[in-house]
Amino acid sequence: MNADHHVILRVVSKGLIPIIILFAFYVQFHGDFGPGGGFQAGVIIAVAVILYALVFGVPAAMRAVPPAFTRSLAAIGVMIYAGVGFWAMLQGGNYLEYQALFHEPPGEHHGQHIGIMVIEIGVLFGVSGAMLTIFYAFAGRVAEIRDEDW
Amino acid sequence: MIEALYTAAPAWAIQHAAPLLVMVPLFLAPMLALVPSGRIAWLISIIGTTISFLFALILLYLVQTSPVGVVDYEIGRWPVPIGIEYRVDALNAMILLVVTSIGLLASVFSWPTVAAEIRKEKRPFFYSAFMVCFAGLNGVTITGDAFNLFVFLEISSISTYVLVSLGAGRDRRALPAAFNYLIMGTIGASFYIIGIGFLYAATGTLNMGDIASKLPELAGNRSVLAGFAFILVGLGLKAAMWPLHQWLPDAYSYSPSFVTMFLSATATKVALYALIRFLFTVFQPQFAFEQTAFGMLLMPLGIAAMVVCSFQAVFQTDVRRTLAYSSVAQVGYMILGVSLGTTAGLSAGLFHLLNHAMMKGALFMAVAGVVLSYQGTTIRDFAGLGRSAPWTMTAFAIAALSLIGVPLTAGFQSKLQLGFALFDQGLWWAVALVVFSSFLAVIYMGRILEAVFFKPPLNPRKARKEAPVILLVPLWILALANIYFGIAAKFPLDLARSAAAAAFGGEAFLK
Repeated sequence: MNADHHVILRVVSKGLIPIIILFAFYVQFHGDFGPGGGFQAGVIIAVAVILYALVFGVPAAMRAVPPAFTRSLAAIGVMIYAGVGFWAMLQGGNYLEYQALFHEPPGEHHGQHIGIMVIEIGVLFGVSGAMLTIFYAFAGRVAEIRDEDW
Repeated sequence: MIEALYTAAPAWAIQHAAPLLVMVPLFLAPMLALVPSGRIAWLISIIGTTISFLFALILLYLVQTSPVGVVDYEIGRWPVPIGIEYRVDALNAMILLVVTSIGLLASVFSWPTVAAEIRKEKRPFFYSAFMVCFAGLNGVTITGDAFNLFVFLEISSISTYVLVSLGAGRDRRALPAAFNYLIMGTIGASFYIIGIGFLYAATGTLNMGDIASKLPELAGNRSVLAGFAFILVGLGLKAAMWPLHQWLPDAYSYSPSFVTMFLSATATKVALYALIRFLFTVFQPQFAFEQTAFGMLLMPLGIAAMVVCSFQAVFQTDVRRTLAYSSVAQVGYMILGVSLGTTAGLSAGLFHLLNHAMMKGALFMAVAGVVLSYQGTTIRDFAGLGRSAPWTMTAFAIAALSLIGVPLTAGFQSKLQLGFALFDQGLWWAVALVVFSSFLAVIYMGRILEAVFFKPPLNPRKARKEAPVILLVPLWILALANIYFGIAAKFPLDLARSAAAAAFGGEAFLK
């Protein structure tokens, strides 16, 4: 484990993975003002876990982020998205009408802001969960190649 | 009955009926993926389909009582050409009723067959995929936005591929069937979206009503023509229009029996609805290129489907394959009705669509019952079942007679309407071919019925094994509906007629 030639990969990726996830959150929350948003951020978060799986092995990744968790994450993401629609409906607006979320008069934008933010969080959950579920489904099928066989 | 439901419904349910019809199942679908037990997932799926069914009834009532015959709903209150609009008129109200009622019956009967055919840990996901598919089909039907239609088409198709592939537990050939369907379905969806791209390039809008209002001044525009061709092929592929039906027989014969029943009664119908919507309300039938498409393309293809695929059905040894080929032939009848380009022809096609959902639903449900008790689906396996499972097989026989078009059944009524519509146009030879194709139906259904009722069972010790009651009740509801609507055809015929009128009322579809 220690004295193999992957040591540089391991060390570098250990440093990179937190930064990747941090960058994902930057993309997520900067999506309000520039390019970005839940889809891209979700993919980047999934990439962090996939990098971990590539360097440390799929079983280790599955221990850290279990497949049952990624599946649930994807499902919860969709429910958050649809839930915002129902929330707007409960407040007396149309489906997904952000303006109705806080009963604001036209010109005030808190509902618009919060609404799209919550929806993008739903997208983040959905996309990262679905990406990882797909990755596990593919990676889990093939036999593990032992390190010496490389 | 519908009126009582309407008066009992709270105000919010009436105001938001259109989005709730789609969004309640779409919200329940991810929830089902989190449920640990298949049985609970089954119960939730029944709740979801019931809610959608009630909303479909409310929408039907709203459309029928509305002065303009249209219910529209702006998602997020974005005004129309910009935002996505849900728009229900008599045409989609009828299709919504078909999809939700079949979905309800299908989800009620599903548990015994799912428990027998799907592995335990996959059952909640199976129901989740079913719910996504159900929501997607409703979404395709309800939306008034051409791009939104594509999104829902993909939602329903992708979950359908999953559902078909889950038949691998019973027969590994489900996997190539699902893959084949995936490739063909994706090609169909890409063609559709390319067509929408061309229309968007020409008109600058994605709202169907808005596109329709801008098309007349673009007569002769090449991108409109290309868009029309792409949409016709794409949706034709999804609707299993001959000769683009190659994915269908495999997908229907190897998927889990519940999936076959649900898809045969809804999926191709919804794609055909989308095709009708584009042919009659987005593009108008009086456009010269559309007249050409009707006469030179759709009519020959519809006739070829009903003759060729009926022949193919005669030579099948597997009951589900026979019924699958027969489905393509029945789509041929509907396309033939549509291709006349007249109100009578379209209403005959829609009427047949309605009846075909009832009879194929009943037939595949009975087959699901047989698979449950006896495993096999070849015609030899069906021998002697009339004695060992009389209730299942009597319902099967009623639906088979309806499929053939015997008087006093629903199938007869719609073929009669189709015949009238063809005679109106002086196409007596097409009537002769419809009758000929019905004779072929007598042969292929007759082979099965002969085995069922007149042949001794393969294994004489075959015990008397009826399908469970939970399967028999929805089965008999469908079978009796076949007889009831064969005698009192007023309700479905009125539905189909007003749907055809709504499809033609291009102006009524606009604001």
